[in-house]
Amino acid sequence: MSPVPKPSRRSADPVAAGGNRLRGEGLTLAYDDRTITRGLDVEVPDGSFTVVVGPNACGKSTLLRALARMLKPREGRVLLDGRAIHSLPSKEVARRLGLLPQTATAPDGITVADLVARGRFPHQGLLRQWTPDDERAVDAALASTRVGDLAERSVDELSGGQRQRVWIAMALAQETPILLLDEPTTFLDIAHQIEVLDLCAQLHEEQGRTLVAVLHDLNHACRYATNLVVLKDGAIAAQGEPSRVVTAELVEHVFGLPCVVIDDPETGTPLVVPRARRRAPGALTGAAAAPPADRRGPRDAR
Amino acid sequence: MSAATGLRTPATSPSTGVASRARRGGTWRAGRGVSLRVEGRTLGVCAGLVLALVAVVLVSLTTGDYPLGVGDVARTLAGHGTRAQEFIVVGLRLPRVVTGLLVGAALGIAGAVFQLVTRNPLGSPDVIGFTTGAVTGALVVLLVLGGTSSEAALGAVAGGFANAVLVYGLSSRGGVNGYRLILVGIGMTAALGAVNGYLLSRADLPAAQSAQVWITGSLNGRGWDQALPVGLGLAVLLPVLLAHGRSLTLLDLGDDAARALGVGVDRTRLTVLAAAVALTALAALAAGPVAFVALAAPQVARRLTGAVGSGLVAAGLTGALLLVVSDLAAQRLFAPVQLPVGVLTGAVGGLYLAYLLAGQWRRGRG
Repeated sequence: MSPVPKPSRRSADPVAAGGNRLRGEGLTLAYDDRTITRGLDVEVPDGSFTVVVGPNACGKSTLLRALARMLKPREGRVLLDGRAIHSLPSKEVARRLGLLPQTATAPDGITVADLVARGRFPHQGLLRQWTPDDERAVDAALASTRVGDLAERSVDELSGGQRQRVWIAMALAQETPILLLDEPTTFLDIAHQIEVLDLCAQLHEEQGRTLVAVLHDLNHACRYATNLVVLKDGAIAAQGEPSRVVTAELVEHVFGLPCVVIDDPETGTPLVVPRARRRAPGALTGAAAAPPADRRGPRDAR
Repeated sequence: MSAATGLRTPATSPSTGVASRARRGGTWRAGRGVSLRVEGRTLGVCAGLVLALVAVVLVSLTTGDYPLGVGDVARTLAGHGTRAQEFIVVGLRLPRVVTGLLVGAALGIAGAVFQLVTRNPLGSPDVIGFTTGAVTGALVVLLVLGGTSSEAALGAVAGGFANAVLVYGLSSRGGVNGYRLILVGIGMTAALGAVNGYLLSRADLPAAQSAQVWITGSLNGRGWDQALPVGLGLAVLLPVLLAHGRSLTLLDLGDDAARALGVGVDRTRLTVLAAAVALTALAALAAGPVAFVALAAPQVARRLTGAVGSGLVAAGLTGALLLVVSDLAAQRLFAPVQLPVGVLTGAVGGLYLAYLLAGQWRRGRG
């Protein structure tokens, strides 16, 4: 329960810290009386596309919310540019770090352009409500997510994939060097999942943004991540480049899923292929008979 | 999925001016530091509402048992009327219509704030139980403590605030959730309704009758003393609310999304709710708990302006118009019998509430 001592907060200066812009130190995260993680250290390498994976209820989304200043750690701290993120003014954080939460809802009848323009809030003030900078940022966000043609449409009428690109556009309009995405592919069919992930990869490669995403699909994570954070029961089971960390043993240990790991024929990244239950009826009953993980449970996942 | 998906290459020059063409409204610039968003239709609607208000005020001032011409009224307002005209215009009609205007505006604005914070058209002070709490407070003063009706107004404010704090406290476990606020409020409304019924049934007939008139909400015999507190309240609280208007508008993206944009969600919510509760209380202080203006005005304003966002000014103007028109009708429809305005707004608003509930039910099933 003891908060971080004050002096260390003050003395931490971005240059002396020398680390990455965003990292968590000794994070104990909890909702009410339910502890999710204990003493977790995590680094988000600058310029990486970091993907957080893990079984349901392992604390993925909780960790992301803590990194985004949505959840105050019970112990430990999140450092943004060397300073405790909870000691920074919220608008200042919002100019450096953006978050696309799972729970975002579009107001009834709002148009795409108006929703994306809301991303400019941290750059605006009571008397500075719309500047040429805002204009340029919104145009750029609409263009790079390819929703410019939809600008005048109401968000309600869009398909799931289009809507997700609009939300990403809103986060882009915020023009933050670091962007966090909480399960951006949930609710989308496979083609739109890939479309959104390709967009993320493009933002990462072409615009040099640091991306952190929570994903459910391990194979998507392996293909797109430059840095993988694997969580199990609120602790980091592995962290690093997917081709180095993803092994059959790790997947079995973390997800309880017997599998083989082969090279993705398209990209050469690890591809996790679950073992077929029929081929080895006797040997694997214990693990293989475990109920299939329910992929979609955003509420449990916290 | 439309053809817009996927296949096109991203635009090479990002500054295509898409945003300015696609967004509603325009930007008003003054110097380097100032650039305000303005929106034509909202401005037009507000201007129309002001004109309608002026017309209704004129009708209220000129008609009645003692009809006066517009010229007479203007002369009287300028201080050149006869004694009788002076008494009727400045002493009776003007304070009543001004009280109605201010109370309506306060209720409309408070309703808009409640609905934005709860993200639900049902989230008005009526439904959440503020009004019923105010009635309980007034009844306790009138019937149990034997107070006068001006003391009853204070009791109403205390009761309303107490119930607001209670509802907020009961529904704020782990962050305030709009739906929970409404459900807890409906529960409290039912419970307090029972208390109110009990208090009325125990009282003797004349006391119960005068209490009943008070709790219906009425502008009969309202003077400058009633108008002043609401006016002052609006003068202080409206700027506070307008300063939070942009943060308030972002709340309807969801708490996390608003926080991610740098909105101090909890502070904003607490500030604007406190201001809205104070406005509702001041309105109840002046006119009793007038039903449903807070519920209907923001919704009507929203449909008129077609705007997404706070729209506090439009909601206030609509509330003022609703109440002043209702009061005029309550005075004239069954003349010489003067109905309390709350009967009229209650009847119209009740139908509107049923319509809203039916809409929510359909959406919930669809």
